Amino acid sequence: MDAQRVERARTIARPGLWWWTPLTEREGTLGWILALPAIAILLVFIAYPFLVGIWLSLSSETVANAGEFVGLRNFADQLQSEIFRNTVKNTLLYTVVTVSLKSALGLALALLMNQQIRAKNLVRAAFLLPWIAPTALSTIAWKWLFDSTYSIFNWVMIQTGFAPWIAPTIVGHVFSIGPRGINWLGNGTWAMIAIIIANIWRGVPFFAISLLAGLQTISQELYEAAALDGASSWQRFRYVTLPLVQPVLLVVLLFSLIWTIADFQLPYVLTGGGPTNSTHLFSTLAYQIALVGGQLGQGASVSLFMFPFLLATVASLLWYMRRQEV
Amino acid sequence: MAATIAAAPAAPSRHFRRLLPLYLPLAVFLVVTLFPFYWMLITSLKQDSELYNLNAPQFLLTKPTLEHYDYLLTKTLFLRWAGNTLLISIVSTAISLFCGILAGYALARLRFRGAGFLGVAIFVTYLVPQTLLFLPLVKVVQQLGLSNTLWSMMLTYPTFLIPFCTWLLMGYFKTIPRELEESALIDGASRIQAMSRIVLPLALPGILSAGIFAFTLSWNEFIYALVFTTSQEIKTISVGVVTELVKGDVFFWGSLMAGALLGTVPVAIAYSFFVEHYVAGLTAGGVKG
Repeated sequence: MDAQRVERARTIARPGLWWWTPLTEREGTLGWILALPAIAILLVFIAYPFLVGIWLSLSSETVANAGEFVGLRNFADQLQSEIFRNTVKNTLLYTVVTVSLKSALGLALALLMNQQIRAKNLVRAAFLLPWIAPTALSTIAWKWLFDSTYSIFNWVMIQTGFAPWIAPTIVGHVFSIGPRGINWLGNGTWAMIAIIIANIWRGVPFFAISLLAGLQTISQELYEAAALDGASSWQRFRYVTLPLVQPVLLVVLLFSLIWTIADFQLPYVLTGGGPTNSTHLFSTLAYQIALVGGQLGQGASVSLFMFPFLLATVASLLWYMRRQEV
Repeated sequence: MAATIAAAPAAPSRHFRRLLPLYLPLAVFLVVTLFPFYWMLITSLKQDSELYNLNAPQFLLTKPTLEHYDYLLTKTLFLRWAGNTLLISIVSTAISLFCGILAGYALARLRFRGAGFLGVAIFVTYLVPQTLLFLPLVKVVQQLGLSNTLWSMMLTYPTFLIPFCTWLLMGYFKTIPRELEESALIDGASRIQAMSRIVLPLALPGILSAGIFAFTLSWNEFIYALVFTTSQEIKTISVGVVTELVKGDVFFWGSLMAGALLGTVPVAIAYSFFVEHYVAGLTAGGVKG
């Protein structure tokens, strides 16, 4: 289609309002006009807050006090703080452990669901539930499952005699397992394990469903050809499935890493960063310092510490994807 | 194909052989996945006397009761929170669809200076997690006089919905042949008419799935709703259940579980309609970026 002819035909056919029509008919201006509402909202509620956040992190602002410019002092203070350094460790541990387990379990579940199974749609809907349920609400259920007195896991450990049996031994001592079971949310290490378990439970469906979509695009003929060439089932997985599912896996990893590093709802509801600040992630610590403690500047600096981690994650994954495409 | 041919003669033994490598691990996954929901359900139906008695049977219901649901619906503001959540989700979804359709169309179809940059910028905002900006946003919301209003959420939720809607719809618009629009233009339609009469109807499935996805994301949002609101009357379900059903250190587990379950049902229903679209949109949009 000849663009100029279209343009001419349009100008002739459309009398309309002389000052309005040309603007909406010229692609150069119409593009920006159409994008304007989106740009306006993103500028006001993302770009501007980002600048405000940088300013806050460089100021001594508190809830009661407007504060003044203090340079990088908030960042320096945080780096000195034991709680902050512990938070960085927690975030790294939480992210690495949950994302690797979610990838492995998600891939396993996707491979299982890619077989011919009965009631496939029902099964798939059931597997999606943890992902689609509002996290704050499903985490409340986990909080109850990990209750210090009524935890069902402890109840089972007591009823089977496991907890009373293991408690007096060295193993019970090392792993803090008492005769009444585990004090899940009252012990720093177990509380960390608890949020990791809940996170994996919530995140596996996202990996599984996305990877399943990737698996379904792989042509069956490739497997048949590989089988004819004498490839074992492991070899078919390693040299056919994995390389072909990799693009989807990378995208899923990208999102999951961002969401996990920045996670708030789950640790906030399950442990609130406790006991004694032992399970904070960046976001829960920022919330605690800024909105519970009123130190807005300090809190904003904790939030912004997340930024280099996110940037490094996104940059390395996008770079890797580009390299794969070439 | 090959599997069905091979299966026909010896169906029972095939099922038996598939039990260990397939159905057994699937069953384990299924039990772990569903157990917390089962636990929510039976906790919400147990009487307090049973709930807090470790000698009572734990896994089964002996005397089911609706008292926790009754408490939730009559003694708390749960219905109010549900109404707020619904209203916020609908309005923020509508705003996001409006912005996403226009921007997605512009990026997919129109050649204008800076289009490439704009596409990248929107993709980058797609990757910004809410928790990075929630503190400055509290200030911005205050400056705009929106603190403790439903508008604070209706206007900020689109920040994470618009990028998604734009990317998903851009993909949809690209699948619609240009020739359809161009012939409409030749016939004298304006750009806007070509878009609204020709392209939008064809993109309806995409608009629908972007809408349902945006709706469920709004429904599940937590941190903004937590930090922008102070009074009970304008909380959402997630925030209301988590903050208002705990008095001091006392957890009302029965009604907490009832609230968690009731807050989950609407999104579960909405999602079950469109899983396919959502996954396709997410992965396609991401790979292109």
